[in-house]
This record gives sequence, structure tokens and C-alpha cells, in this order.
Amino acid sequence: MKEPNDVIIRSVTKVAVVIIFTFAINLFFSGHHYPGGGFIGGLAFASAIILLFLTFDIETVRKNIPVDFKVLAAVGVLIAVLTGVGAILFDAPFLTQTFGYFNLPIFRKTELATAVIFDIGVGLAVIGTSITIIMSIGDDR
Amino acid sequence: MNNLVILPIIIPIIAGMIMVIFRENLILQRFLSVFSTIAISVATLLLIIQISSKGIQTLYLGGWEAPFGVSMVADMFSAILILVTSIVSLCCLLFAFNSIGRERESYYFYPLFLFLITGVNGSFLTGDIFNLFVFFEVMLVASYVLISLGSTRTQLRESIKYILINIISSFLFLVAIAFLYAMTGTLNFAHLSLRVAEVGQEGLMTTVALLFLIVFSLKAGLFLFFWLPGSYSAPPTAISAIFAALLTKVGIYAIMRVFTLVFYHRPEVTHLFIGILAAVTMLLGAIGAVAFWDIKRILTYNVIVGVGFILAGVASFTTEGMTGSLYYLIHDMIIKALIFLLGGTIVHLTGTSKLKEISGLIRLHPGLGWMFFIAALSLSGIPPLSGFLGKIFISEGTFKTGYFWLGGIGLITSLMVLYSIMKIFINGFWGHTDLTEEKEKGTTKGLLLPIGILTILTIALGLGTEGIHGYVDIAVEGLMNPSQYIEAVLGSNPAQ
Repeated sequence: MKEPNDVIIRSVTKVAVVIIFTFAINLFFSGHHYPGGGFIGGLAFASAIILLFLTFDIETVRKNIPVDFKVLAAVGVLIAVLTGVGAILFDAPFLTQTFGYFNLPIFRKTELATAVIFDIGVGLAVIGTSITIIMSIGDDR
Repeated sequence: MNNLVILPIIIPIIAGMIMVIFRENLILQRFLSVFSTIAISVATLLLIIQISSKGIQTLYLGGWEAPFGVSMVADMFSAILILVTSIVSLCCLLFAFNSIGRERESYYFYPLFLFLITGVNGSFLTGDIFNLFVFFEVMLVASYVLISLGSTRTQLRESIKYILINIISSFLFLVAIAFLYAMTGTLNFAHLSLRVAEVGQEGLMTTVALLFLIVFSLKAGLFLFFWLPGSYSAPPTAISAIFAALLTKVGIYAIMRVFTLVFYHRPEVTHLFIGILAAVTMLLGAIGAVAFWDIKRILTYNVIVGVGFILAGVASFTTEGMTGSLYYLIHDMIIKALIFLLGGTIVHLTGTSKLKEISGLIRLHPGLGWMFFIAALSLSGIPPLSGFLGKIFISEGTFKTGYFWLGGIGLITSLMVLYSIMKIFINGFWGHTDLTEEKEKGTTKGLLLPIGILTILTIALGLGTEGIHGYVDIAVEGLMNPSQYIEAVLGSNPAQ
């Protein structure tokens, strides 16, 4: 059998994946005030990984990203729920979020919000779940 | 605001997620699952004490007040159900330790079990109808996996049917919610109740109510139970016991909540319809239970009879009927888990569920036999066991409303239930002992403990009814007076 000629998809992927990852992170952070957030940020991130799966095979990608995505999803949900539990410790209703302005060395005055931690949890859960789904459909086993 | 309300939902989900991370560590998983069910029970007991002294407890998630945010509401009705849920699930877990098998255990049995409980508890606690849908889905997704876990031939066949029927009913649920939202502009139960009372429950609203009834009937196994006998007898005992004890009950809970809090203005239409469905369900279920000679089939048809009977009390829409329904709901959760565990143990011992191939078990297993006898009596409502009081109140309620046919069918079917379950007892335990201890397919080692706990519970519930009477009364008073619920959620002078 001849080697498949996949020069174009390989070269495009190498550039596109970086762009998609950046865009996903941008979507994630902009979600605090504008459209975006953990869910679609996570989906965009997952789509980049799926593109990697398509271009290079699953084995190669898994060797380079040695993460069990089921565990990643579980960690994500745990983070999200535990930020909610954090509110209980301060005697506020479950899932109450708070924020404050801090003077950070480089960023100067920055808004830091607990909602971002919650969103990181959501993002990880979405990445973990969608990759798990794709892998279990795509795997030959 | 009371953060206790959220604990029955987040304890199992946190425990479940930790278990997913430590998938290989089965000792940790067993310990965590038992610990979390006990923790839920303790939290719920505290909650019950608070509700009985301070009234209905609410929690607005993130501090966003009702009707705009997500609210969790714990009234006595839901708190009692959660307490029973966690006790029953603890017993099923103990049974699973010695029967479910290593392979299923390492394929996420315990996390899934806890996600199922998350969904069930969430459905009991949620204060708006869309989150009811969400928690239904959490519960169903967990049950899809549990029913097919192990991938035996029957399990796969039944799980396809089960998943299809539930997807259709979830779709209808969503459609019904959309209609309701279009007409009332809100999804919060308390707010819905106010709005429906304002615009009146005319033709279109009643139609939506009936659409909800169809959806919940599919989940509860009320009349639309054609999927139930197959799918409940496919998975291993511990799983089918928790299904029989909890899943249909969530549908029943939804019917009771929606038709006492929101659509209670036209009982001559909606509640009569529930009554007719309940009567047909009881009859068909009882016929099935009498006709089959297969232990698992007989037991699953008994689940259906129970559903019909509980909803007969709801249909009467009287204080007596509701009291009876609640007593019987509590009883039914315990007894269905018990009878499924007993039936499963028999099948486990003999290796067959065909009644005609089993006989004389009582010589080798006297304890099992007598516990089965007690469970059988309790199932059919013989005093002083726990089924008795519920039966009395439900019959009284239906007679009071004038639905004599409904009460009559209820009583006739309980005789048929008694016959069907005695059939198992007489054929299985009496007669010539075929098996010897060496020839048995399994042992009862460790299986009798959870069965014993549930048996003691059903006796205690029958004899100690006085003890829980006060709490049941508070729950029923809340169900019959929607204003209590509305006041607790929206405040005493709700802004429109």
C-alpha cells in the first residue's frame, strides 16, 4: 500500500491547532464578561485535540498528551462542585461567587473572581467528556 | 437560606467523582459509597428536624432569589423520601458488595450508583420544573449505564428498549415544559402555582397537565409500563432492586408534586384520569403477577401494582388518600428493595428463576425463608406490618371521594398480590428439598445482612407508626396546602 499523501493536512493542522488553542483560551477568559466561557472554551479546545486525532493517529497523540480524559472530566466536576462548597464554608448559599480587585505585579489592577475557578472546572469536564466520547466511538477495540 | 438542603445532592456527586479518579481502588470505593449514603442520611435527619420546627427549608443557589434563580426546596415530603432513599440504597450497596462481581465493580459500578442517587435526590429537592428535567436526566443516564453494565445478551436487548422509551419520554417532557413556559412565563414550581391559579386551569392548561401526566406515567410505570418488566429483570439483583425501589418512585413523586402544587384546580379531570390509569395499572399488574411462573417477572409485575396503588390515593385527592399514598410510598420503597433482594438471593442460590424448578429451600435456609414470609405479608398489607396503614388510608380516601371502584380494585389486587407472592413462598420454600449445600450455585454469605436490615425496617415501620405519624402529617399538610410551599419559596407577599 502506498503511503497516504497527507502533507497538506499535517502542515495545516500544525498551524491551525495553535490558533484554535489560543482562540479556545481567549473564549474561556472572555466568558467572564462577554459571550464565551468554560463550556464553549472547553469545546473549542477539544475540537483542536480531535483535529490532532484525525491528522496523526490516536496512539501518537495519546503518547504526547498522557492524560486520562475520564479522570480529567472527574477532576473538572470536582473543581466546579468544590468551588460551590467553598461558599458553604463562608456561610453563603451554595455556588455563591465572589470577586475582588487586586494589584498584581505585571497586570496592575486586575479583577480576580472565584467564578473563573468554577469555569475552569466546567472547561476541564467538557474537554474530558467530549474527548472520552470521541475516543470510545473512534477506538477500534 | 439553608445549605443543608444541597448536601443530599453534592455528597454523592463529590464521592462519585473521587471514585472515578481512583478507579482501581475498590476498597476506597466501597468505603466511600457506604460513607456517603450514611452522610446523606444524617444530613437529611437534621433537615427533617429543622423542617418540623421551622417549616419548609429553601436554598437559592448562588444567592439568586426565586423565581429567577435556581431554587432548592426541602419540604417534609421530599425530606422523608430522601431519608428512605439513602437507607434503601445503603442496603442495596451492602448487597452489591457480595454479589455484583469484580468486573462490574471496576467498571464504575459505585460511581454510577452514586450518580443515580444524585439524580434521585435532586429530583426530590429541586424547586423548578426544568431542573426536575435535568435531574431526571442525571438519574436516567446513570441508569442507562447500570442497566447495560456487564453487557450480557438480555441486558443489551432490554437496555435498547429502555433507552429508547426514556428518550421519547424525555423529549415529551421538554415539549410539555416549553408549552407551560409559553403560557405562564415561569418554571419555578411556586411561581407556576401562583400563575396557574391566576389564569385558571382552562382547556389548554389542562391539556398540558395531561401531557405532563403522560410523561411522568412513562417514568413511573403508570399504565405505560410495557417497558418495565423486561428492563427491571435484566440487570443483576442489586441494580434491579435499586431500580424497583427508586426509579418509578421518582415518577410518582413528580406526579404528586405537580398535581398537588400546580395543576390542582380541576381534579374532576386530571385526578380522575390518574385514578382510571391507576385502576387499569393495578389490574394489569396483578394479572401479570398471578400469571407468570418466573420469580423475576412476578416481582416486576408487583412493582407495577404498587405504582397503581400509590396513585389511587393521589387520585382521591383527600387528606386521607394523600396520607395513605405517602405511607405506602415509604413502605413501597423499602419493601420493593427487600423483595427484589430476596428474590435475587433465591435466584443466586438455585441458579434459575423458574419457580417450578425450585423447591424446599427452607430446610437449608430457614432465615431466608422466614424473612421472605414476613416480606410477603408486608407486601400485601397484612397488619401489623408497614403496608397495612397505607392501604387503610388509601382505601378510606378513595371511598370518601366516591371512587368506590378504585378502592375496590385496590383491595382485590392486594389479594392477587398476596397470592402471587405466596406462590413463590409455597413453591420455593416448601416441598421436597432438591438442592444440597454442595450443589448450590452460590452462598448467602453477606447477603442476609441488608435483607435483615430491611426486614427489621418494615416491621419497625408497621409497629412504630406513631413515631413517624407527626412527620407524615406535616408532609401531607404541605401537599394539600400549596400556599405553604409558595410562601416558603417566594416569601409571604410574593411579588408578581
